[in-house]
Amino acid sequence: MGARGRRSVRKKASRVSAKPADTQWPLWEVFVQEKGGAPHEHAGSVHAPDAELALQNARDTYARRGPVTSLWVVEARHISATTPEDSPFLLGPGPDKLYRQPRFYRGAKE
Amino acid sequence: MSAELFELLLRLGDDRLVLGHRLSEWCGHAPIVEEDIALANVALDCIGQASQFLELAGEIEGEGRDADALAFLRDPTQFRNCLLVEQPNGDFAQTIARQVLFDAAGAHVLAQLADSTHERLAAIARKAANEVRYHVRDELWPHAAELVTPDALDAALCASGVGPDLAAVRVEFERDVAALIAAANLRRPPDAPNASDGGRRGKHSEHLDHLLSEMQCVARAHPGARW
Amino acid sequence: MNDAERERRFQARIDAGEKIEPKDWMPESYRSQLVRMMSQHAHSEIVGQLPEGNWITRAPSLRRKLGLLAKVQDEAGHGLYLYAAAETLGVSREDLVGGLLSGAAKYSSIFNYPTLTWADIGAIGWLVDGAAILNQTMLTKCSYGPYARAMVRICKEERFHERQGYEIMRVLAQGTPAQRALAQDALDRWWWPTLMMFGPPDEASLHNDVLLAWGVKQKSNDELRQWFVDLAVPQAQALPLALPDRELRFDEASGHWRTGPIDWDEFWRVVRGGGICNRDRLRARNEAHEEGRWVREAAEAYAKKRHA
Repeated sequence: MGARGRRSVRKKASRVSAKPADTQWPLWEVFVQEKGGAPHEHAGSVHAPDAELALQNARDTYARRGPVTSLWVVEARHISATTPEDSPFLLGPGPDKLYRQPRFYRGAKE
Repeated sequence: MSAELFELLLRLGDDRLVLGHRLSEWCGHAPIVEEDIALANVALDCIGQASQFLELAGEIEGEGRDADALAFLRDPTQFRNCLLVEQPNGDFAQTIARQVLFDAAGAHVLAQLADSTHERLAAIARKAANEVRYHVRDELWPHAAELVTPDALDAALCASGVGPDLAAVRVEFERDVAALIAAANLRRPPDAPNASDGGRRGKHSEHLDHLLSEMQCVARAHPGARW
Repeated sequence: MNDAERERRFQARIDAGEKIEPKDWMPESYRSQLVRMMSQHAHSEIVGQLPEGNWITRAPSLRRKLGLLAKVQDEAGHGLYLYAAAETLGVSREDLVGGLLSGAAKYSSIFNYPTLTWADIGAIGWLVDGAAILNQTMLTKCSYGPYARAMVRICKEERFHERQGYEIMRVLAQGTPAQRALAQDALDRWWWPTLMMFGPPDEASLHNDVLLAWGVKQKSNDELRQWFVDLAVPQAQALPLALPDRELRFDEASGHWRTGPIDWDEFWRVVRGGGICNRDRLRARNEAHEEGRWVREAAEAYAKKRHA
């Protein structure tokens, strides 16, 4: 998932034009479900002032070609995520906890 | 009957061809990239629908002209689009305003045509989809009337069940636009009974000639060539 | 843990084929290289709309008109994917676009060449998109997750562009004498700039080594260029059209097509802003952006009102 990182990232110094900062719309993350029954997968992000336009932009950008059954958009600031440091303790039982995995258990036939 | 149907199909096809062409001028130049994509979607829909209407027109005419021949080899006086769609794009607001007006009328025309007694025409109309945008501007309003004002041809086709009932469309169009205006807190622009409306009879503004010169130049430079 | 240790672990992850994600630790130079690459790539897609968009209004058949419009629309979409991917590294799209508009940021120089005839549209689809596909196919294996995933998405759409361009060229090459001449002329003008798209030769390339070490690239500029030449020469022969290279020959020993010398002076001249269309491209983007200011503000005000 490409959610914004919580640790601070040093912003690149940009020697750009002296034009005043333009309004920039909030960032939304986009999740696409290709076929009914499939999971929604992160596809990328869009900028939009509200959910309706975010969906519209998401449709135009991520559902232009190829099959899409459903689209979710979530404002990036509303996404809570784990950090890389959490990973080792996180997902799925490790190799030392086989008793938590279905294959540990044998049926009567085997 | 088929002469009248041919005319109707030219009107439907030419409206969308010219409008789609105008919209495509924004490609790469829209104020925001997201809008660039959205406008291109509308342009693609318009030109796609135009292709279908013109292809059917060529078949009805029965003289061997296909959609490309109709699109690229007719002169401005032979085009039957309304004046609204041939206007230059202007700024982004004007483009959206034009789209709102065209779609407000177009949605109802297509809904009517979906019930046409002409099977192929009904099928094309059913497949066509429109998006409606919300903005209305004074200088475009008089041209919008042309879209929903029936003439003798419309009356004849409507009577036979082939063509749309534009009088009914006008009622719905006025109602939709009134709702949009209220929601956007604007006022309805004044009617202009003397505004030109000759598009359906091949009497166009100067804009169409320039538009078609550009659109047709490559095709006309290579007569008989395939692309 | 000090930085040296972090860098060692980072390199180990790269070497093990792991993907680096936005919140992972990465050396600052890895981050800045990727921001540079992704933003340049995004800018290229956006600017790339202009030379081709130029011909939508003159496309000679309805099918070609629809095809070109859809292609140019795809390019806008690709630009958005790439800005989105670049933003995962902490830069704002606003700043990236600001860099493009001011002329500070680069984009692929190929788009500084003008499209002079309808046949250029065929040549660009076949050659320029063909070259881009090779680069992007390689980048689907990039070590940075968001960039790799954006590349997968883009590659799926790019294939159609290349096929469309090649088909346009084939119909022209096998058409009337006038059409044939258009096609040959377009190929004459686009062949060498396309070869230059892959960047300077390896020995002159600043970033080559470090990008390879970090798994950002998997092939060098010269390797990609050779890959492209070996594919494109037989394609040209099949059209059939002549390639504008008197020294082009097939080297039996290596099994590769060897081209004549590339004019690197021209390459650097265009990269440094001396291309025919450099100013036009920037002016067009700046005008669009200026018009955009009130549109963005209006949309934001409208959204605020609706949710007030």
